[in-house]
Amino acid sequence: MRAANIASYNNASALRAGLSRRKMFDQIFVIVGLTVMLMCLIVLAILFADLVRDGAPRFGWDFFTNFASRHAERAGILAAWVGTSLVMLVTAVCAVPVGVAAAIYLEEYAPKNWFTAIIEINVTNLAGVPSIVYGLLALGLFVYQFDLGQSIAAAGLTLALLILPIVIVATREAIRSVPNSIREAAYGLGATRWEVTKDHVLPYSTGGVLTGMILGLSRAIGETAPIITIGALSFIAFLPQSPITSEFPFISFKWLHDPFTVMPIQMFNWVSRPDQAFQANAAAAGAILLAMTLLMNGFAIWIRYRFRKKINW
Amino acid sequence: MVMDLQMQNEASGRAAVDSSKQEPKPATPRIAIPVDDTRQVRALSAKAVVDNLNFYYGQHRALKDLTIPIADKQVTALIGPSGCGKSTFLRCFNRMHDLQPDTRYEGSITLHPDNLNLVGAGVDPIEVRMRIGMVFQKPNPFPKSIFENVAYGLRLRGVRNRVTLAEEVEKALRGAALWDEVKDRLQNSALALSGGQMQRLCIARALATTPEILLFDEPTSALDPIATAKIEELISILRDQVTVLIVTHNMQQAARVSDYTAFMYLGELIEFDETTKIFTNPSKKATEDYITGRYG
Repeated sequence: MRAANIASYNNASALRAGLSRRKMFDQIFVIVGLTVMLMCLIVLAILFADLVRDGAPRFGWDFFTNFASRHAERAGILAAWVGTSLVMLVTAVCAVPVGVAAAIYLEEYAPKNWFTAIIEINVTNLAGVPSIVYGLLALGLFVYQFDLGQSIAAAGLTLALLILPIVIVATREAIRSVPNSIREAAYGLGATRWEVTKDHVLPYSTGGVLTGMILGLSRAIGETAPIITIGALSFIAFLPQSPITSEFPFISFKWLHDPFTVMPIQMFNWVSRPDQAFQANAAAAGAILLAMTLLMNGFAIWIRYRFRKKINW
Repeated sequence: MVMDLQMQNEASGRAAVDSSKQEPKPATPRIAIPVDDTRQVRALSAKAVVDNLNFYYGQHRALKDLTIPIADKQVTALIGPSGCGKSTFLRCFNRMHDLQPDTRYEGSITLHPDNLNLVGAGVDPIEVRMRIGMVFQKPNPFPKSIFENVAYGLRLRGVRNRVTLAEEVEKALRGAALWDEVKDRLQNSALALSGGQMQRLCIARALATTPEILLFDEPTSALDPIATAKIEELISILRDQVTVLIVTHNMQQAARVSDYTAFMYLGELIEFDETTKIFTNPSKKATEDYITGRYG
């Protein structure tokens, strides 16, 4: 008889009882995970809905095309969103090439020794440095030492420093996901390290690199402390000089040296006013800032999806 | 040293006479391979000669005094149990080890006819890789179009002319017996191919740059029997154009495709001989045990 020499833990009813108990833990985890995730999402949704409700009366074309004003109902975010866009442009242009280059060096070129180990630890640590510290550094270095003043260039460089570690870490992650067999295939045909990087590693990790870039910019767009530290104006009624001019060579970089304000500072300014009417402005600006961030993140997800679909190891 | 190879250059009388009589290409030296007293002296025309090759990963000596000729336009199979150093040996030929830190070669692999020592200190590994192609264990096409996969080696060599590229790509794909299957979809992604097609694409990619030696590192271990048969057939055809060196775990495969076989064990060469001799009448006990499946 089979039943006679079968261990008690191994008979069918024991197996079934044990299995249903083990599957229960599976279910518990699903419920806990779902609850926690929904809580996060609900908090964000409530926050966003609250901002939209409070700011509702202020949404409209005028809000985007008006400068800040003493009168709440006439005040707009023109200077702020233009400033934010330009600062983000400078940040992206500075942080992405440097960050990607650093990541490529660390992943593809650097020998594995104590020196690169120290660099790696420091890059990771830099991501955790409070942003106000970057502000102080930038105030001393960019504003005074390099004499950039309280300009878009100084703010862009500061935020570029701030997001550099994020870009580096994300790019390294993306580069590492390119299988080694692909590198071997290219090296086997006689490619140099640079050719392997430029023809294969970088193109195949573009999705990850762009995602890292946008995550970094999403962080930078909401930063207030370092921008205040370097002395951004909070009330501003003019735009930086246009980057496109009517005379040759049609492109001007004078805007880099102009004073500016950004969305979070504009919000901060309105929130700190005693007049209740300005609270609606702050809420509306907050909703727009949040929408901008969500849009950027959505864009990152879309890019990642597109590249993943194209390249499938 | 496991065996005694007698190397005969053109300078030494008899061999030079032999080679000028039988072979129109005097540039490749003829090497006598070991014989026991029951057989005639036979000679092979060597594309490359490995002489006292040692290879080190850091302090670990992975290859020990390997000495073996690689026959020109023939298939040489490397067999032996896992970890015996077959792949390590194969990767010496195109200096793949140079991509890892802390590796070191001793001895020489002399490539004929120009007497280039492939593992010499002054030799650029990239030049070596441009002259010696490799097909890997797992098919590893680039996630690009079929055309771009094959054209990549040519592009690295600075070929920009569209007509030349198209011609060479077609030639390579025909050489790899893949042309008829992919000629209508050259611009499609290589990743849409089946495993066997991918591996033949990798062979085409290596063939496109007309390598002098083609290295195969267990090229069929990830393929089903039908795809394997196609690759094996292809290797037998390739023998006419290129010197082939193949690492395989499959005894039948070695017996089917190769002309010469080297049996390795623990980083040493145990026996090297014609494949028929190795599989019918090996001179070493260890070889016989391995081939008959007694260990490994």
